[in-house]
Amino acid sequence: MAKLEEYIPIVGQATIDDLRLLADRLKDKLVQHINSTPVGGGVAEILSCMVPLLRELGINTRWDVIKGGEQFFEVTKKFHNALHGRKEEISQRDFDIFMDTSNENIREIDTCGDIVFIHDPQPIALIKKKAQNKWLWRCHIDVSEPNQKVWKFLMNFIPNYDSAVFSSPNFSQKLPIKQFLISPSIDPLSDKNKDLPQETIDAVLRKYNILKDKPIMTQISRFDRLKDPVGVIQAFLQVKKYIDCQLILAGGTASDDPEGIKVIEEVKEKAKQDKDIHILLLPQNDIEVNALQRASTVIIQKSIKEGFGLTVSEALWKAKPVVASNVGGIPLQIKHKYSGLLCHSIEGAAFAIKQLLNSPEYAKKLGENGRENVRNNFLLTRHLKEYMLLFLSLYHGEDVVYL
Amino acid sequence: MTGTEIINAKEPFRFYTRLHLTELIGLRASNLTQLVALIKEVPGACIYHHTHRFLQQHQYLSPEPPNDFAYWVSQILNEQELGEKLASIDTFQYSTIRSLREKIAATIEQYLKDNKLAKLRFAGEGAEFHFIKSVSFVLPTDYVVNNLKELLIVIKKITIDSIYFHMFESRLRLERMDNDFSNWIRNSIGNKELAGEISKLDPYTYTLDGLRNKLIVMLEKRITI
Repeated sequence: MAKLEEYIPIVGQATIDDLRLLADRLKDKLVQHINSTPVGGGVAEILSCMVPLLRELGINTRWDVIKGGEQFFEVTKKFHNALHGRKEEISQRDFDIFMDTSNENIREIDTCGDIVFIHDPQPIALIKKKAQNKWLWRCHIDVSEPNQKVWKFLMNFIPNYDSAVFSSPNFSQKLPIKQFLISPSIDPLSDKNKDLPQETIDAVLRKYNILKDKPIMTQISRFDRLKDPVGVIQAFLQVKKYIDCQLILAGGTASDDPEGIKVIEEVKEKAKQDKDIHILLLPQNDIEVNALQRASTVIIQKSIKEGFGLTVSEALWKAKPVVASNVGGIPLQIKHKYSGLLCHSIEGAAFAIKQLLNSPEYAKKLGENGRENVRNNFLLTRHLKEYMLLFLSLYHGEDVVYL
Repeated sequence: MTGTEIINAKEPFRFYTRLHLTELIGLRASNLTQLVALIKEVPGACIYHHTHRFLQQHQYLSPEPPNDFAYWVSQILNEQELGEKLASIDTFQYSTIRSLREKIAATIEQYLKDNKLAKLRFAGEGAEFHFIKSVSFVLPTDYVVNNLKELLIVIKKITIDSIYFHMFESRLRLERMDNDFSNWIRNSIGNKELAGEISKLDPYTYTLDGLRNKLIVMLEKRITI
């Protein structure tokens, strides 16, 4: 795990000094993060990087994970899809299953933090344990058009929090509590993002029998319908009519995502149409993900809905040209035609990919701009800073706070 | 390099830094009529955010119009003329958020009066203007300087957040009328000429790193390393 001082060459000494200044003001607080999975998915990944750094800064930090069986996670997956606006049948039984598991967690989890930081809807009901301490709810989901039944259910809990945090202004809802905008981030020193020697990249390509003889387009994502892997294959097939290229669809599934296996099967079926489509299951192999991104000519993120879409920042950090859907937090990371290309359809994605493959200088420039955008706005150090400010905001209500 | 004697200040200058958190207030506009109505009613911290956000988020770019309203009006509503009018509002001329807000609102209202069809343009779903406010946290840093030479050394290495605070926030949001460097150089060092030169800089036409470099050049001209 990287130490704070290792970030200095990337973000500068003064940025790290600022983090220490803020941390000094939180030394007497216990910050407790609670989410639903220790591995897989963006939330667990961010917490894995962030918790050790908060501790290094001297902030007493713990990370707890709620427990839940298969039924509970099937229900929370349905909630997740419904909050993203997808049509789902949600029954009273689903709410009952959710509450039964929530009540068990309420009994079992010691919410002793001065600041209890709940991530996403799965542990949201823990707010019932609120005492004199401060509670934050972090919503990582695109709730711009949520299923009203599920949202109304969540509203039984949300108003009891002190503040809520969203990843994009579009997700903001009318709430009786304060709402903050904090983008997630990537860790430039993690296995997924650190620089890699060319030999490592080549070894990963060899392992998966991928030749470097033609351009590589890649989408790295959990196998999930909201990431539209089938749409990516369709876009690829349109590109391939004109440019000989290959496609990598790589990713794993999170332990709280029971739908993933079905999606992989569908994708494999579609992929049979072309031998240049590589479907790679990479459960938690960050070095391999990193190598595949670095080996790619163009990175795609054709999500239908996206909480934020950190894979976009990962690709941009590697100075790769990106074609991504104009959804969720993606337009915060890509300014169209400046740091990547945004699209709204399969045809649009195919057209943008062709543009980039045919104009390597333009593609290079987009990638370079994207890297600087990530350096300034989407690295872990900025995220750490904003979380500490968020914690401090719980104790200060003013617009200008003197610390 | 021309140099002058190093004069120690009557009072030392402590660098502060300003870190900000972005608060969503749940208000959004889809057209110009809604935009101007909300501009008149939202907290000053919102107007401040939307006229200064670009400075910090795009500091690596050539200077962008420091104004989200201009960007949205031209890019989303496709009202290029109004976009240009809003982008060219001389923020530096205004010493209070209130007066800046009035100017922005008046510019939009005048445009709506002159262009009756403009109120019919709507932003698509998801492209509305979301009002956001900045919550500032002001912290003292460990950097304290006693003369111009020390000031120069620290300006070279301090975060752009600190430069931002002393050049922009203290003047406009805290209504100190001038930037902190000029105030200190004038009152504690007694160098009115240099103080005046920095006061005259329009910081809105630089990137933050460009502004840092400009200050470095100005200071280097006056001291012997």
